[in-house]
Amino acid sequence: MMEIGLTHFLVVGALVFLAGMFCVLTRRNAIGILMGVELILNSANINYLAFSRYSSMSYDGHLFAIFVIMLAAAEAAIGLAIVLGIYQTFHTIDVEATDTLRL
Amino acid sequence: MDLGPVESFGFFVPELILGVAVIALIVADLVVRRKDLLGMAALATVAVSLIAVVATLPDKGDAYLFNRMIVHDQFSLFFKIVFSLATFATVWMSLDSREVQRVSQGEYYALLLASTLGMYFMATATNLLMAYLALEFVSLTSYVLTGTIRHNRRSGEASLKYLIYGGVASGTMIYGMSWIFGLTGSMDYAGINTALAAGQEDSLALFVAVVLTLAGFGYKIAAVPFHMWAPDVYTGAPIPITAFLSVGSKAAGFALLLRFFFPALSKLGDGGQWQVIGGVEWPQIILVLSVVSMTVGNLAALQQDNIKRLLAYSSVAHAGYMLMGLVVLSDEGLRSVLFYIMVYYLMNIGAFAIVMLVANSTGREDFASFRGLAWRGGAVPAVAMAIFLFSLAGIPPLAGFVGKFYLFAAIIRSEFYALALIGALNSVVSLYYYARIVRTMFLDQPQGDEGVVSLDWSTGGLVAALTVGTVVFGVYWIPVINLADRSVRFFLG
Repeated sequence: MMEIGLTHFLVVGALVFLAGMFCVLTRRNAIGILMGVELILNSANINYLAFSRYSSMSYDGHLFAIFVIMLAAAEAAIGLAIVLGIYQTFHTIDVEATDTLRL
Repeated sequence: MDLGPVESFGFFVPELILGVAVIALIVADLVVRRKDLLGMAALATVAVSLIAVVATLPDKGDAYLFNRMIVHDQFSLFFKIVFSLATFATVWMSLDSREVQRVSQGEYYALLLASTLGMYFMATATNLLMAYLALEFVSLTSYVLTGTIRHNRRSGEASLKYLIYGGVASGTMIYGMSWIFGLTGSMDYAGINTALAAGQEDSLALFVAVVLTLAGFGYKIAAVPFHMWAPDVYTGAPIPITAFLSVGSKAAGFALLLRFFFPALSKLGDGGQWQVIGGVEWPQIILVLSVVSMTVGNLAALQQDNIKRLLAYSSVAHAGYMLMGLVVLSDEGLRSVLFYIMVYYLMNIGAFAIVMLVANSTGREDFASFRGLAWRGGAVPAVAMAIFLFSLAGIPPLAGFVGKFYLFAAIIRSEFYALALIGALNSVVSLYYYARIVRTMFLDQPQGDEGVVSLDWSTGGLVAALTVGTVVFGVYWIPVINLADRSVRFFLG
């Protein structure tokens, strides 16, 4: 049985980060993109907690993760409000359809 | 000095003023009938906060505040002055802007002041957590300010794009920060610096972490390849907010970037020359960003028809010029960046004030709305616009020329001849599109459907002040360079 260590957590963090980035780049639905951003934020959280647990002897990492969760909530609130506004004016939340601003 | 929470408040007066004003504006919005008073109150608050900052300019001694979360030093004071001036001009413009009249006044000015408060924190943060919080503070308020005109397609779309790019950029940044934290075991800039100087870290992992972190900073200063939001957001946002983002946000991004790369990732050697530590060759990344930003920005600006969009690409190019000053790793380079930021404030806000003036009477901001501006009542605005644009292009004897002169002098002295050549060529390219606007204003005849532009006293006062600044600092710039000179002093503990 293999011991689970720092490396495993970092690999999970990197995979979640890549999944979030992939989600942001491929989704056309605004809510889907915001979910990708959440994944990116959570990948950083995994890293902070892992580093805090395995290499640093302080609670700095835990603190950072709590702040990130809080800001993610704030960003989601503002994000959903903006998406709602978009839906009212464009009647869709497809980001390819919202392209008034072009050259 | 290392101050705890209670003793820190003595150094924290400007922030407190803004913080109290934000809450007061939200409450006043509920009780005050005359909404136009709220804007005046915001203007007065910014002025008071600016005075509070200037009052601390004479050296009271530098200190870490709130258990090393933020710092009080000459560098942060310089940026607080720039942010206060930028917000002051923005509030002034907002009072005259027709777009802003339609939005809820209390919320608008409260958010604007909150954004300024966030910028103060961006300039003072000395901890990765504080840097992230400050950046998000400014970003979240900016998203709302961008989308503040309700039921407007352009405004809503701009804020959505800003939100998505901003979310991804700041997410990438904290992922990079998590690696910096893991490799150095510290969130504190001084702690990171000590750990890097010991040189135990894998420099490749550190390099990748720094590049990821740079995504967040690069997005705030609108440098290529993190600039994609800028043209759309600048076009869609109300014009005072565009001016605010192009100067305030960019300066705040530079403050964060400079403090991260210099006190945290470099070591000050003899004669104001900095050295890279820990094997992270970050000046080379900045060099590439600088060259790409100015080239892409200037080439894209050539083909624009919307003046706001053109100025957006011009601001991307200016981020590139300013980044040149970082590459040389010297106090002289830093000084020229600070000087340029101050000059850029004058000429760029000025240009946007004229765009607002034209948009107020024509409702548009494309080239056609500027056609023959000088011959349909807008002679004074047209002359002022020409001054701002020639200053942006760097033509003597205007302030923009002096700014560029210091930047190029710094890089030539450090023998970056190729970079200087690319910068000079870019300035020539930029002259083409700035001159195109001037030609449209003076040489093209109005075709009768553009409407009359008239200058009112209020906007006229702002434009006059900025024009005088742009002209005077082109001839007598000693006070500004002295201020920049004394501001290149980071508190290193």
